[in-house]
Amino acid sequence: MKIDPKTFIKDFQLNFCIQCGTCTGGCPVKYRSPLNMRRLVRETHLTDNFSSISKRAELWACTTCSTCSLRCPSGVKNVELIMGIRNFLANKGEVPSTIRDALENTLLQGNPWGRFRDRRADWAKDLGVKIFGEETSETLLYVGCAPSYDPRVQSVSNALVSILQKAEVDFGILGKKESCCGNEIRRMGEQALFKKLAKDNTALFKKSGVKKIITISPHCYNAFKNEYPDLNIPVQHYTQVLADLIESGKLNLSKGLEISATFHDPCFLGKQNKVFDEPRKILASIPGCDFIEMDRSRERSLCCEGGGGRMWAEGGTEGKRNGEIRIREAVAIGAKTLATACPFCLLTFEDAIKISGLADQIVVKDIAELIAESI
Amino acid sequence: MNKKIGVYICHCGTNIAATVDCEALVRFSSTMPGVKIARDYRYLCSDPGQDLIKKDIREHSLDRVVIAACSPRMHETTFRNLLLAEGINPYLLNIANIREQCSWVHHDREKATEKAQNILRAAVARVLGQEALTTRRFGVQPSAMVVGAGIAGIQAALNIASGGMKVILVDQAPFIGGHMAQLDKTFPTLDCSSCIFTPKTVEVARNKQIELFVSSEVKEVTGFVGNFKVRIQKNPTYVNFARCTGCGDCLEACVLKKGVPSEFEEGMARRRAIYIPFPQAVPLKAIVDKESCLLLSKGKCKKTCVEACKAGAIDFDQKEEVIEKEVGSIIIATGYDPFDPRLLPQYGYGVYDNIITSLQFERLSSPSGPNLGEILLKDGTVPKAIAFLHCIGSRDENTNLHCSRICCMASMKQAHLAKEKTGAEIYEFYIDINAFGKGYQEFYKRVREEGIFFIRGKGSEIFKRDGRLIVAAEDTLLGTPVEIPVDLAVLGTGLTARRDAEKVAQTFGISRSADGFFMEAHPKLRPVATQVDGIFLAGCCQGPKDIPDTVAQASAAAAEVMSLLARGEIEVEPTIASIDPELCAGCKLCIEICPHSAIEFLEMKGISAVNEALCKGCGACTAICPNKAARQNHFTQTQVLAEVEGLVT
Repeated sequence: MKIDPKTFIKDFQLNFCIQCGTCTGGCPVKYRSPLNMRRLVRETHLTDNFSSISKRAELWACTTCSTCSLRCPSGVKNVELIMGIRNFLANKGEVPSTIRDALENTLLQGNPWGRFRDRRADWAKDLGVKIFGEETSETLLYVGCAPSYDPRVQSVSNALVSILQKAEVDFGILGKKESCCGNEIRRMGEQALFKKLAKDNTALFKKSGVKKIITISPHCYNAFKNEYPDLNIPVQHYTQVLADLIESGKLNLSKGLEISATFHDPCFLGKQNKVFDEPRKILASIPGCDFIEMDRSRERSLCCEGGGGRMWAEGGTEGKRNGEIRIREAVAIGAKTLATACPFCLLTFEDAIKISGLADQIVVKDIAELIAESI
Repeated sequence: MNKKIGVYICHCGTNIAATVDCEALVRFSSTMPGVKIARDYRYLCSDPGQDLIKKDIREHSLDRVVIAACSPRMHETTFRNLLLAEGINPYLLNIANIREQCSWVHHDREKATEKAQNILRAAVARVLGQEALTTRRFGVQPSAMVVGAGIAGIQAALNIASGGMKVILVDQAPFIGGHMAQLDKTFPTLDCSSCIFTPKTVEVARNKQIELFVSSEVKEVTGFVGNFKVRIQKNPTYVNFARCTGCGDCLEACVLKKGVPSEFEEGMARRRAIYIPFPQAVPLKAIVDKESCLLLSKGKCKKTCVEACKAGAIDFDQKEEVIEKEVGSIIIATGYDPFDPRLLPQYGYGVYDNIITSLQFERLSSPSGPNLGEILLKDGTVPKAIAFLHCIGSRDENTNLHCSRICCMASMKQAHLAKEKTGAEIYEFYIDINAFGKGYQEFYKRVREEGIFFIRGKGSEIFKRDGRLIVAAEDTLLGTPVEIPVDLAVLGTGLTARRDAEKVAQTFGISRSADGFFMEAHPKLRPVATQVDGIFLAGCCQGPKDIPDTVAQASAAAAEVMSLLARGEIEVEPTIASIDPELCAGCKLCIEICPHSAIEFLEMKGISAVNEALCKGCGACTAICPNKAARQNHFTQTQVLAEVEGLVT
């Protein structure tokens, strides 16, 4: 699928822009890159020479957190514009090499890191998890790429499996047949590959008899919930499932943790999909957990910079990373645990903790890991 | 059937004659049954044109007239008056529109002439079946009701009262004055709001022509222009106003020491359960809030207020009262609600101290406010930097698309006051400065001269860093993101329709525009009327307005009311429906469909009947009646079918 720059004005409502700068003012990378969303909208609107705009490195700094488009008073589709420009570049083969590799890897191996397709479910080998096709279930735990392959995030997958098993939830995974959801692929500009993934995944889910999907990553949750055109299967992020299990008494948190924790709202869970309360409910129900709210929370959460293909982009930004700012914010309020509910947030914060030298003061945990410790 | 019809074809200069062969139309008309005479003329609406018709009526004893000319919207009244003057019933006229519906939309002269013939044939066929109708007349109650006693309602009420007519002024609040009573100084002249307003509120209380109902709401409106019946519900205040002297002893005595947020002070101060809204309130009476009063909400209290009241005015047995009144006309002036900035969580309102709305700033700055006019932070210190954020809840697709019109000026006025009182550094975050009124641009310049920093960019968010509020935005003129630390942030909150606007619209049968405000009959030419005859609008209930525009509209609405009341009686079009009692089967379908509740069911006879006073002649009942019992004057089945037949012959 190609997006023609000539129709950008109409497609992304660039002519609605009143140049108020709300987008730029709230942009999480405004001090980290020369990206100026307001100016980009204006320039794209007026230019005769689109190629000169599309060559700028800062176009890859956008994390697609969507703060700009959610706050835009005029309905300009800023993030879609970024994706449109990236699509233009992808079609011309002019994307940065690391992005190109991620896209190719996804096409070949079904994950952006290029790990072997056949080893996608290795993490679950000894966990006694049902696999669709071998056994039947109606609920799919859609694992996602990072939770399948990344050793740090595999811990989240393990934790979630143990929780669901403890709560006697009947569920299965797709095993080797699972492929990337495509959320980041679309954000890196490969609309055609996204479309193919959406089509193939939808067909696979339906063939496997999936009636309900639980995702680990908010990014997968977003793709299934908002961007798969023909899915028609209810999707929940795991925090929504756990909050329900705790509330209905099916999941008992018996072990006290004696931690002081704060929560970082992932952009694709919070501001984009308005799941704010469930993670907080879960944390509040952990015995011994002293929950402290950071100043920038909920709709005002500061993006960790892990979205929009930033996991595979190199450079393009400078200065202190948001991940580091965030870690310092958490430390400043006295939190010893920074909880989140997104693989990308988890990874960017792990890096930030190392860089900032604060490893002795704070740890980053996924909510699933904390719950698994508490049961 | 011996009708004598005169047919007149107008050239309208070349408007019609260039495309339609008017002489051919004359020849064609002469052949139609019933036509006594046919003529064409350059401008029939001109005096010589009209004289020509008059002469024919007299000489040929014409009893019906067809004019082939422009749209009936243009000159139907002209020619109806002509007929009336010549002693012919004006409803025996028919207009064939051969301009808008023919000559203006066609080029081919031959085909246009043929179409004009068809239109004319239909018009003649219809006029043969038309009946003489008599305009109905009704008396007018010489009094008005004004709903809402803010500056709009007060201005309108005073205008009407000074014209010698009775006014009933109703307000939900326990005092009059509305939002204007809360303001400190007013832009651009910096008049003190209460200085210019108090004389008006006091005059309302003093004026014998005005009957004031506070703590009251209009529950039901029936009737029609000139003869509205209204039911006003007076809610209990638990204080006998006739006895209360407004001394305030009861307030001190109230056991609810910690109090609840004061509505008048926009939550910037607290009040007791029994309270006087503010020192200049009219009427200056204490009232009991039943939500916070321990006796009324929990059933248990020492009633120290009753002990303290020397006048014996407190009466916990007070019940709501319903008052019925008849009025000739109504003005709705129910005002606005300020936008609730909690709906835009990025601005941190309700999360942090020292982020306030523009109305809260007014209270802060007002000499009668909680700080006696000193602009102080929550901790009592003087702010060193203040930000004013424009367009919060206005010009925003996520909230309200409309511009609230007053916020630019209000923010700049507040910046001026803040500068004067605190010397703080002041930042105005704006998208565009809408300084549209008289003296407004000059005020904008003055504020710039005073050293206020204007940053052309909408505030994106407010967060906290190192104990200070940080306003993040882009300076779009420099193309640089900015994060400015301030101590106080004032959100220029927009004006929205009242939360209960829909309920009010239904009570009065008026409609609302897409922005939620009440809709005027015509945006340019009838800006104070509604589509309900006799009901008018004033002030912000129709759309955001500053005080000068509100006062102007209120006076305009008052003028409309007075011209209506002064007439003494009103004429109503006779083109209404009737139901034939012989044919009506009592199925009530018409009652269900009638948008004006103008049909009632006569239980004794088991049939429906039209209330002539309420019927607007929309024709819904005639279309739905399965028995053809409902019939509409001037649009009878015979007339309409004759017209259709004429068209397709």
